[in-house]
Amino acid sequence: MDIVVFLFVFAAIFGLYAVGRAWLGPGRPGAQISQDPRDLPLYAFYSLVRMAVAYALSLVLAVAYGYFAASSRRAEMILIPLLDILQSIPILSFLPAIMLAMVALFPHSQFGIELGSILLIVTGQTWNIAFSFYSSLKTIPRDLREAAIIYRFSRWQRFAELDLPFSTIGLVWNSMVSVAGGWFSLMACEMFVLGNRDFRLPGLGSFLQTAASNGNTRAILWGVGGMIALIVLLDQLIWRPVIVWADKFKFEQVESSAAAHSTLFHVLGRASVVHRLYRRLIRPFFNWLAITLTQRAFRAAETFGARKPGRARTWIGFLLLAAILVGLGFAVFHAARELSDLHHKDYIELVRSAALTFLRVNSALLLSALWTVPAGVAIGFNPRLARFAQSVVQTAASVPATALFPIILLFLLRLRGGLEIAAMLLMLLGTQWYILFNVIAGATAIPTDLKEAAQVFRFGSWDRWRYLILPGIFPYLVTGMVTASGGAWNASIFAEYFHFQGRIVSTAGLGSTISGASDTGRFDLLLAATLIMATIVVLINRFLWRRLYRLASSRFKLET
Amino acid sequence: MSTANTNTALDATPEPIIEARQLEKHYPQADGSRIQVIAPINLAIYPGQIIALLGASGCGKSTLMRMLTGLSPATGGSVYWHGQPVNGKFPNVSIVFQSFALFPWLTVIENVEAPLEARGIPPIERHKRALRILDAVGLDGFESAYPKELSGGMKQRVGVARALVVEPEVLFMDEPFSALDVLTAETLRGELLELWLDHKIPTRAMFIVTHNIEEAVVLADRIIVLGRNPAHIHADFTVSIPHPRDRKSAECIELVDSIYRVLTHPAHKDETVPPRTYGPGAPPKSKVVMLPHTRPGGLAGLLEILVDRGGRVDLHRLSEELSLDLESLLPTIDTAVLLRFLRTEEGDAIITPDGYAFAQADIQTRKAIFRKAALANVPLLRQMEQALRAKSNRTLSEEFFRDLLDEHFSAEESRRQLDTAIQWGRYAEIFDYDSQSGKLTLTEA
Repeated sequence: MDIVVFLFVFAAIFGLYAVGRAWLGPGRPGAQISQDPRDLPLYAFYSLVRMAVAYALSLVLAVAYGYFAASSRRAEMILIPLLDILQSIPILSFLPAIMLAMVALFPHSQFGIELGSILLIVTGQTWNIAFSFYSSLKTIPRDLREAAIIYRFSRWQRFAELDLPFSTIGLVWNSMVSVAGGWFSLMACEMFVLGNRDFRLPGLGSFLQTAASNGNTRAILWGVGGMIALIVLLDQLIWRPVIVWADKFKFEQVESSAAAHSTLFHVLGRASVVHRLYRRLIRPFFNWLAITLTQRAFRAAETFGARKPGRARTWIGFLLLAAILVGLGFAVFHAARELSDLHHKDYIELVRSAALTFLRVNSALLLSALWTVPAGVAIGFNPRLARFAQSVVQTAASVPATALFPIILLFLLRLRGGLEIAAMLLMLLGTQWYILFNVIAGATAIPTDLKEAAQVFRFGSWDRWRYLILPGIFPYLVTGMVTASGGAWNASIFAEYFHFQGRIVSTAGLGSTISGASDTGRFDLLLAATLIMATIVVLINRFLWRRLYRLASSRFKLET
Repeated sequence: MSTANTNTALDATPEPIIEARQLEKHYPQADGSRIQVIAPINLAIYPGQIIALLGASGCGKSTLMRMLTGLSPATGGSVYWHGQPVNGKFPNVSIVFQSFALFPWLTVIENVEAPLEARGIPPIERHKRALRILDAVGLDGFESAYPKELSGGMKQRVGVARALVVEPEVLFMDEPFSALDVLTAETLRGELLELWLDHKIPTRAMFIVTHNIEEAVVLADRIIVLGRNPAHIHADFTVSIPHPRDRKSAECIELVDSIYRVLTHPAHKDETVPPRTYGPGAPPKSKVVMLPHTRPGGLAGLLEILVDRGGRVDLHRLSEELSLDLESLLPTIDTAVLLRFLRTEEGDAIITPDGYAFAQADIQTRKAIFRKAALANVPLLRQMEQALRAKSNRTLSEEFFRDLLDEHFSAEESRRQLDTAIQWGRYAEIFDYDSQSGKLTLTEA
């Protein structure tokens, strides 16, 4: 065991060196992306590092955001609605701003483009983690919080021993969703054209994108294979063990019988190097940290009455607020000017494409629901099938639909209206899994008593669906549809506009408007389309999903 | 404030550890008046005493305890710690929680070490101290277990160990044994008392919040009975029965009986006391009757038992036979008294002719009797009925009534009051209620 662990450490050191050399080298805008399968492992590694750094940044940002939102009533009033909006903005809309800023900051090294790409991934990942952390903090039981206060936990101790552990499970699940979203948008994040400037970074996403642009079928297949292999590997090596580890943080008073299982986790648990590392390095460090932080807090607490919030601090607060307001006003003013530049014909076009995408998204949702509900119920009612199907579906779901897209296009572009079908198919691929997962979970959760009651009273199959199955899975179905709806809107950006075989294939829609505007550097159009999309998504959430959610949790909740 | 058996401990121990002077809590209202939750209270905790705070659910005993510990800020008066006012600072106290409030991700010993870590004690020292206290409460060998692996009794032992490890001057306990089964609770109570009597724990006083009269009688040197709406000290008993106390002894039974008497004595009934209002321009509030939070279903059962026993029964004996504690029995008694199905006298419950008729009737007749009694004796239901009748469509939203109640109760309490009123009104067929729309509709006869 120890030898394996050592090998991993060596590999990590070598990887660090390779990344450092690539990032700190001179900038190479428009670098050639290799199409040789032998370069795939290195490219996959580059993409992986990008994802890892982006995820780490997302996590830190999300925790800070959630913590701040939960700790102050005033901050909460602004930050939580803001989160709703930020979540609904597609990442491509952030692209020009982030890219131009980063390249301007680091004009002479690759670092700027790398950082830009990473920040782009962050903007797609961080919001739902932040929301999960915030809502976990809000649901900490009162007794636990009071225990922390009465035993005089310092801020750090409260964070490390109460806030963070209580939120861990939510953080883990949302991290998985976020990272999956990151893979989904990887192709856009590694290769983008901004007006006449061309940025590309060596990685799996750009490999696939280039292969698709050149129509190189062999390279496409290699790329897709590499991506699937990488994702399955990550699932086994990272997520499964993490889920097992997170089980410890389940807030329950009694041990549940069905515990998650991971072989790797047990191997790591048995490796003595890991234990020694923990005992010698990690634990002493945190002990030291805790003691330094708590002793300071303790001294501060003893002189409590004497300390008053300083005048300077309130002033700084005011200045900060003023600066933010000025900046906001400035931004709104400029945005309004950009928008007023748009011709009214553009607006008509925007409304038309919004309507088209709206139709497309909702047909995709409907189609997903149509096949996943019967399939999910069938699987969920059969426990043995459910266990097996669960893991198959999980793996299938983790393969980003965008990676498969070039293959789909290869077949469909020959047909009339092929892109239309392909676009719908991509949305379907991106969204159906969420619904299927949830329907299976819902069907499994229907109590046996109710099923037996339906049998005793000889319900026909229609009555069974109407009185038992549909109400039983309703809350789960709504949960799945909410996620799927958000995903489908985001997917429209990739589905409606694509560089393929040396040309641009696109179909009218809001997504293709955003992609096209970003490609051609039309910021006014990009801004307007983004605003429209964000508004639509937020409105749908407010007026449709939130209501259904409330209905689900009040009327269709199965309580015993 | 009625005092059944007052005996100040001043001569024995001159200086209190914690003292509350005119401690009160109220919520401001939009119209400038206030809702009084806790009336100004004077209370002192002296060293060497176990104090039990006794009261029915929702009477404010937990809030009072939290104010004494500094967890919940008071809106008037102050808490003194050895004569010094505590403002925002926490005196050296601990709390044992009803729900245990252990951190499930920390092992037993990590849970016990956490408060020491918070005080900046180095790892080796805190490990030593934690082991010592775990040994004392009988948790030897469970150091590395996680709370979820333990039974309820073991979990509460961890809760006690964690509370004691910081050597608190006063150990507060918030219904520490009510989440446990009867036998486990009895064991833990005995062990705790033993530790206390043998001076094996560093604590100088204990303060137990409970709704279990017998628990208070077995443990406490002083029992404070809290009345409600607003919370006030209803009675203050000093208990000098030597330990170990036998709950079957004549002295104990007599004490339990007299506490029951205080709790149910009509002269001390405080439900009809209007909440105090202050502030300029506060309009005089009408009399409010606070509804006990029961469902009408249990009422018939109680009255039937009374009929079986010849119409009069000793409440203490009844609670013992049914193994019900104060928490579950008292609200039902209150309901019956409010509807004039029952009256209490010297700790006994006596059935009235109406109550007798109710107990003997069939389902439909019971509803009719209940309806009559409810409209005659519960002003809130009467008001609701009149308001609904005044509307042409006989329909009003529950918000309307909630707003009315908000003038008299805190937001949470007014929600509970309305929920109870709706339960009763539906049972009495005064109105129908649609939970989806929140609409109340008068039931036409």
